[in-house]
Amino acid sequence: MSTITIEELTMDYEKNRALVHITLTIEPNKIYGLLGRNGAGKTTLLNLLTNRIFPTSGEIKIDGKNVIENEQALSQIYYMMEANYFPESLKVKDVFRWTKEFYPLFDTAYANELANKFNLNIQKKIKSLSTGYHSIFKAILALASNAKILIFDEPVLGLDAYHRDLFYKELIVVYSENPKTIIISTHLIEEIADVLEEVIVIHEGRIIANHSVEELLASAYQVSGEAEKVDQYMIGKQAAGQKMMGKYKMVTVLKKISKENEEVASELGLSFSKPELQELFIHMTNGQEV
Amino acid sequence: MFLDFNSEKPIYLQLAEAIEDSILQDIFKEETQIPSTTEMSVSLKINPATAGKGMNLLVDEGVIYKRRGVGMFVSRGAKKMIIRKRKKDFYDTYILALLDEASKLDISKEEVITMIERGKKE
Repeated sequence: MSTITIEELTMDYEKNRALVHITLTIEPNKIYGLLGRNGAGKTTLLNLLTNRIFPTSGEIKIDGKNVIENEQALSQIYYMMEANYFPESLKVKDVFRWTKEFYPLFDTAYANELANKFNLNIQKKIKSLSTGYHSIFKAILALASNAKILIFDEPVLGLDAYHRDLFYKELIVVYSENPKTIIISTHLIEEIADVLEEVIVIHEGRIIANHSVEELLASAYQVSGEAEKVDQYMIGKQAAGQKMMGKYKMVTVLKKISKENEEVASELGLSFSKPELQELFIHMTNGQEV
Repeated sequence: MFLDFNSEKPIYLQLAEAIEDSILQDIFKEETQIPSTTEMSVSLKINPATAGKGMNLLVDEGVIYKRRGVGMFVSRGAKKMIIRKRKKDFYDTYILALLDEASKLDISKEEVITMIERGKKE
């Protein structure tokens, strides 16, 4: 098992604070979505998790052991970074070979099979790959790595719809065949919402939500109808966001639906609905906290 | 098999209903194997835990059963079981909603009956 525990993690860069007192447990064998707006601190958190950088304070442990300079803990993790980090003159197939050196469990046959499915020519040099194929190439390395913990930072950057679809499907195959912890940081929330089991929302360096997708979606509701009636309903309640279309209004409230509220709304002729993950995320990271 | 991801209904319930629909339509016949949780989650792009939850619901109800090392099968009598359950829901889901909407639109009971008869003919 590979439980990741993060305690009181803070990361200061020269001028700004990237992460502020983050405490978090990542349970083994679940698919996590790490969601946050640009500059929220997602990549900093992932770089710290994989010991690419060192925290200002706080600790990260895998199965109780600190990750800093801990080769054994780190060898359990494969991290698909957003940045490009391979020598540009190497060919794809050479990188497959080198990866096997560092990750003995790397499944070269599966990597070749994936390259075939994605139409990636393994004779090509890294520098000649387009943005989309660069992402594909890095995603293949991660998928075939057989590591206990897979971390993806923007895995579908530049991928067309067909290839994104293929990536999500292969991800589920890999996960189903060999249960592992998967952490995905992405901006394409709508596409991946149903693949995720857990969601961590990071906003301005702080964790503002850490729940199962189901729980998170149940922690908010939308109420809609005639604007005046909606306003009447909203007296004494806080709206996280709203949409207006003429006299029609829809308000998102970051609270669980209660029987009483439902009755009040139904008397006013308003309807309730459940927000989608992406919409909820937009409201949550718009200055409001849950 | 299609799921409506915009629906209010949780995905696992939708999956269970979609499997039931397939059994009612004889796409999945009794005593035959149905796709595995993995196959379902891959082709529908949903979390395997979600797919498992939907399948387990049907296992608990006795609609499908697991053959160790082989996979999931449709139980004998599954179709009857589903029909019996759905008939119970029919009144709550359709009849009450129909009468509710009819009263909003000021449609009388006689008009509703006439419409049902017309619908039956067409």
